[in-house]
Amino acid sequence: MTDSVSLRALKKGQKAVIAAIQADGEMGRRIRDMGLVPGVEIEVVGRAPLRDPVALRLLGFTLTLRNNEADFILVTPA
Amino acid sequence: MAADKFIAIAGNPNSGKTTAFNWYTGARQHVGNYPGITVEQKKGTANLDGRNVQLVDLPGTYSLTAYSLEEVVARRVLAEEKPGAVIDVINAAVLERNLYLTVQMLEMGVPVVLALNMMDEAEAQGMKIDVKRLKELMGLTAVPTVARSGQGLQEVLAAAVALSDSSSECRPLEISYGPDIDEALKTMSAEAESANFLTGKYPARWVALKYLEDDEEVMKQGRTVSESVHNSLNATAGKLAAHLKSTLNTYPEAIIADYRYGYISSILRQGVLKEKDDTRNRIAYSDKIDKVLTNTFLGPLILALVLYGMYHVTISIGEYPLGWVEEAFDWLKDVVGDTMQDGLLKSMLTAGIIAGVGGVLTFVPLIMLMFLLISILEDSGYMARVAYMLDRVFRFFGLHGASIMPFIISGGIAGGCAVPGVMATRTLRSPRERLATMLTAPFMACGAKMPVFLLFVTIFFEDNKALIMSGLTIFGWVSALLVARLLRSTVIKGPSTPFVMELPPYRMPTISGVLIHTWERTWQYIKKAGTIILAISILLWAAMAFPELPEEVQETFTSRTAPLEEQLSAFPYKELADERKSLEEELEGVGEGKPEAAAIQARLDAVNEKLEKLPAGKLEAEIEELEGQLEELPEDPVADELRIRIAKLETAMVRLPAGSAGAKALEEQLEAAQTEFRKTPAGSLGVIIAEKREALDALPEKQLEARIAEIENEQAGKALRQSYAGRIGSFLEPITAPAGFDWRTNIALVGGIAAKEVVISTLGTAYALGEIDEDNEATLAERIRADKNWTTANAVALLLFTLLYSPCFVTLVVIKQESGKWRWLFFSLFFNLLLAYGVAVAANQLILRL
Repeated sequence: MTDSVSLRALKKGQKAVIAAIQADGEMGRRIRDMGLVPGVEIEVVGRAPLRDPVALRLLGFTLTLRNNEADFILVTPA
Repeated sequence: MAADKFIAIAGNPNSGKTTAFNWYTGARQHVGNYPGITVEQKKGTANLDGRNVQLVDLPGTYSLTAYSLEEVVARRVLAEEKPGAVIDVINAAVLERNLYLTVQMLEMGVPVVLALNMMDEAEAQGMKIDVKRLKELMGLTAVPTVARSGQGLQEVLAAAVALSDSSSECRPLEISYGPDIDEALKTMSAEAESANFLTGKYPARWVALKYLEDDEEVMKQGRTVSESVHNSLNATAGKLAAHLKSTLNTYPEAIIADYRYGYISSILRQGVLKEKDDTRNRIAYSDKIDKVLTNTFLGPLILALVLYGMYHVTISIGEYPLGWVEEAFDWLKDVVGDTMQDGLLKSMLTAGIIAGVGGVLTFVPLIMLMFLLISILEDSGYMARVAYMLDRVFRFFGLHGASIMPFIISGGIAGGCAVPGVMATRTLRSPRERLATMLTAPFMACGAKMPVFLLFVTIFFEDNKALIMSGLTIFGWVSALLVARLLRSTVIKGPSTPFVMELPPYRMPTISGVLIHTWERTWQYIKKAGTIILAISILLWAAMAFPELPEEVQETFTSRTAPLEEQLSAFPYKELADERKSLEEELEGVGEGKPEAAAIQARLDAVNEKLEKLPAGKLEAEIEELEGQLEELPEDPVADELRIRIAKLETAMVRLPAGSAGAKALEEQLEAAQTEFRKTPAGSLGVIIAEKREALDALPEKQLEARIAEIENEQAGKALRQSYAGRIGSFLEPITAPAGFDWRTNIALVGGIAAKEVVISTLGTAYALGEIDEDNEATLAERIRADKNWTTANAVALLLFTLLYSPCFVTLVVIKQESGKWRWLFFSLFFNLLLAYGVAVAANQLILRL
């Protein structure tokens, strides 16, 4: 767990494995409902023209979330 | 089997669920709202081997956690209405995430049949799904389908009906959630079971699970059933949560989600899912499109083009069918007007009901076009990208990336319409952001505000027309965004809804899907808006028509017109002119080219021939011909420029005291310009026409006509002034004085709440000009120009007031319909009025002091 970083820090094209979700309540539930749970491999596939939100690839689909939502997600870069 | 059992269709958004539903039901479906909320409820009938099967299309959800309205609705139907079976439509290409919903339904004890949809896409992406193995491991029926072509759908339905018919009890799925949670679940579900706590609706273990997940909806129900059991379950859940927090620094619901996904991936790993080759990028084509469409530079550019194109198609092309509908209603009004006796009933029918309902229905072509385009953008997957690209900007104002669409349609590019705009907020899935968008979209410069802007900008800002017009549009944007920000930090306070959203792969929309979607939304508008607007139109008409002028006052008017009428009827011209008018109307009613038309035309020609023998008729015929010649003239920039100069000089003259040095200088310039103008072909023709017209107007019969019209207009003006609407206008005068509005403007603005189009025509009546249409809008402009009370400051105040004040009734009703609450209708009405008033007063006072 020592080398895990916030999802926000990932660059485009970078892959990582989710280490932990640090959100509860509505935010946490939404994130988990979309398949973002520890152990899942993700890849940053793009960023919006204003660098926020970010687009991720996981489990064969594309997901987008805001940078301040990405802060709740800790990942271990591959 | 019970005959009243129905089959529900569930699944993730973008899984092809609605496509399947449309395939099953075709046109045999109807859309309503779930009671009290705005989530669409779709029901329909499918046919299976001659047997009718009732289907319900549940809203698309990723989960059943009951955070969003969609999830609450889906869960309520599953638990309370107990469908005989559920067809779970799954996007096979995203099997793992889609099964998350399936597992939750199985935990609820819902009988599920899987439709493994988009199998073709999954296979094309290199996935191989062993359906047989999946069926074995999950213990349910699964059928590969391609909903777009209908492949496999019949088989799924047959399986669902068979499942519904079978009497075997469906045992809820029990997943292990690890030692800590399993232990707690055991004690909690035993307690719920023995107390019969909510077990009529849900399995006991599921109730316990929901208490651990801190599910507000279930806990609320639990509290009402038994306070003591509720408290006891809550205490156990709280203890576990504290334990997990201290030992593992996590929450029960996080662990539950982890184990659910763990359960799914363990099934998939047992030989269900084989990827032929681990291609790095399974949805490559969609990524390629995204490289262009969401590119840092190209993305916004293409977005701007798409939005403009959408606006253009909706508003510009929509104008044609809108015009047809308008014409149809005008025609209806004429027919009623001609066939019915003058009186209250006629007035109510034409000015109240036909005008009101016509007002609602004229929007239908716009709304259809808008929904058609939005459906295409949504179904193709582009709408999600729009939200993705613009979210950063709109978030600052407490809105959502998808707020752009309603704003643009409402008039973000001048000339839109807030009615389809407010309805377009349906694409927003975040309730607070959606409401804020809905309430601020009417600040945009919609098409109905344009004539008001044009009139006053032409009068007061002749030189800066384009600048002021675009300034108003920009002011609309600034107001909408700032007010949104204000609302989001006051009345619609609350953290922004999580943005987390799927970017579905680009897909070609299906024609039937788009058409069904468009039609059902349009029909909802017609039904709801139609009924309420009808009532309001009658009310508004009554406010303008009652109380009527006291009889003695009416008599003073008739006593003035009666002798004039009598004198007029002595002229042979009068009878012939009346006949001509009725024949012309008859001809229009029949339509050209019809066999009856020829006969009417012949009679009309005969009347015209007789008319031309009279001095008035002769002059009229001559003027008509000269005007025809004037129109045929080639374009002449010199003449056009002179005409504009003359108009400007005339305006300037009015504002200067007569006889002053400045006025004299202007007069000289004016004369010079007029001399110059007379030398052009248009000018010389114009002079002849003006002379002829003067001669015509000087004829006694024409003067009589003019006198009568003048008296009648005076009467109409007086009647309006002392009607309820007029009294409101006068009553408001002291309040609106700081903004510089007199009673005339007030009535017009009150009328404008019905429809902004009414502002100009009401102003015309108030100025005793009779009904204002395009032909005599110029006279209204002249009247206002000549009215010394109208200053630039007043005009600016009126422009800003018109831009910002209460949305029109149709919009208000749509806001009620879309938000589900009367509260927001009244909020829109009063808040916008107050805001507009504040801005108008500030502008008026500021300019006066400059």
